[in-house]
Amino acid sequence: MSWHRKHLLDIESLSADEIITVLDTAKAFKAVGERAIKKVPALRGRTVVNLFVEPSTRTRISFELAQQRLSADIVNFTAEASSLKKGETLKDTAKNLEALNADFIVIRHSAAGAPHFLSRVLNAHVINAGDGAHEHPTQALLDAFTIRERTGRIAGLNVTILGDILFSRVARSNIWALTKLGAKVTLCGPATLVPRTFEAMGCRVTHDVDEALREADIIHLLRIQHERQRKTMFPSIGEYTTLYGLNKARFAKAPPEALIMHPGPINRGVEIDNDLADCPRSLILEQVTNGLAVRMAVLFLVNGGKGPQEIAPS
Amino acid sequence: MPESAIILNAVGIQRALTRMAHEIAERNEATADIVLVGIQRGGVPLAEQLGRLLSSIVNQTIPVGSLDVNLHRDDLDQRAAPKLHPTQIPFDVSGKTLVLVDDVLFSGRTIRAAMDSLNDFGRPRKIQLAVLVDRGHRELPIKADFVGKNQPTSPTEKVQVRLGVPGSEDQVILHRP
Repeated sequence: MSWHRKHLLDIESLSADEIITVLDTAKAFKAVGERAIKKVPALRGRTVVNLFVEPSTRTRISFELAQQRLSADIVNFTAEASSLKKGETLKDTAKNLEALNADFIVIRHSAAGAPHFLSRVLNAHVINAGDGAHEHPTQALLDAFTIRERTGRIAGLNVTILGDILFSRVARSNIWALTKLGAKVTLCGPATLVPRTFEAMGCRVTHDVDEALREADIIHLLRIQHERQRKTMFPSIGEYTTLYGLNKARFAKAPPEALIMHPGPINRGVEIDNDLADCPRSLILEQVTNGLAVRMAVLFLVNGGKGPQEIAPS
Repeated sequence: MPESAIILNAVGIQRALTRMAHEIAERNEATADIVLVGIQRGGVPLAEQLGRLLSSIVNQTIPVGSLDVNLHRDDLDQRAAPKLHPTQIPFDVSGKTLVLVDDVLFSGRTIRAAMDSLNDFGRPRKIQLAVLVDRGHRELPIKADFVGKNQPTSPTEKVQVRLGVPGSEDQVILHRP
C-alpha cells in the first residue's frame, strides 16, 4: 500500500507499487458497486469540477457516476458552454473554479500537459482525464485492472496494441502501465501510425499483424483518431480494415485464450469485426464496468494525498 | 525507554473468548437471530473464533461476516487513504441481533463508522459490541456489551493484538513508548 500523491497526472511517473495500490483499491470499490446500496460517504462535502474542454461522453459519465457513488458534489463544465470560448485562459477558468472552493478538478484537454499545468497553479487535486495525445491514466489503470481480474496476472503476459498508436494517449498510458507491471508489449499498425521511436518506451514494434497476434494473450484495439490526424496517414479506411482490422480469420490465428479489449468508442467493421466485438472473449463492456471502480479508487486515493508531488519535467 | 508487556497470552485469550461467547448466548435468548460481524482487520479472526465457540454453545451455526469501515471514517480528509479490505456479509442483517466484533476499543470512532456502514446492509433489530480489549479513552458515547479484558492505558501506549500470526503465539501486548 503506497499512495501519497495529491494528483493523478500520468502513468509515466507512477511506480509499479502505486499502480498496484490503485488496482487493489479498485477491487474493493467494485465490491461496493455490487451492493444493494452502492453509495459510500468517502467524499461527502467535497466538490469536484469536471472540466471537459475536449468532448467526451463515456469518460465523463464514468467519472461523474464515480463521484456520485462517493457522495461528492459535482459541477460539470464543458467547453461549448464555457468562457473559454469567450477568450478566457485555462488558468483563469481553473482559478475561478477554485475560487468556488472546488477540491478536485478532473480535466480533459486537447493540449498535452494541461493537467500538469493546472497542478502547478491550483491547490485543488487534479486528475487527468486525457490530455491530447499524451496520456489517459485512468484508462490504462482500468485496462490493467480488467486484465488482472480476468487472467490473474499481468507480469509475463504478451499484450499486443493494434491500431493508431501515434495519436493515442490510451496507447501511451497503457505502454507505461503494462511495462511497469512486467508485461511484454507489442505495438502493431501501419508504419505511419506506429513509428519505431516507440521502441524507446520499452516495447516491440512490428507492422506484420499476423506476427503481432501469434502469441498475444491480450489484443488491445485502438480506434483511428480521425480528429487528431492533420493529414492522411493511410490510403483509406477500407484499406486499413483489410490490412489491420481484427477479423475472424486473423483472430483464429491468435492463441485460443486470447482476449480482446478496446477503450471505445468502437467502430464496428473498421478496427473490429462486428461479431468479435460481442463474443465471450471480448472484454469491452467489462472495461466500462471496471472503469467506474478504478475512477472511484483514484478519487479516493488522491483525496488522502497531501505529500510533496513529483512533477514530471515539462 | 520503550518497553512491552504481555497482557493476555494464548490461554488468556481463549478463556476470554469462551466467556464472551457464553455471555452473548446468555444475553440473547433468540439465538437463531444472532449474527457476528468482525471489523477489518483485527476483528475478523476474533469474530470467526467467537462464531465457532458460540455455534457449539447454542448448537446451531452462527453466521459470521466481515466489515471494512474505512469508507465511513470521519478523518478521510486528514490522512493518507487507508488500505481497503473485503466486506463480506453474505446474509441478511435485517431483524437480526448483530454483534460487532473488534480487537481493541479505543476512541470509539471505528465503531461509529461501522454502525454507519451497516445502514447500507439493512436494519438489524439490535447491534451489540464485543471487543477483546477495552483500553478506555472514548471520544464518543459508545460502550462495549462484551469485553475480554479491561486494560487501563495512557493515550500514548499501543495495544497490539496478535492472532494467527505464523510462528508466533497468540497474545495481546501493551507497548509503552
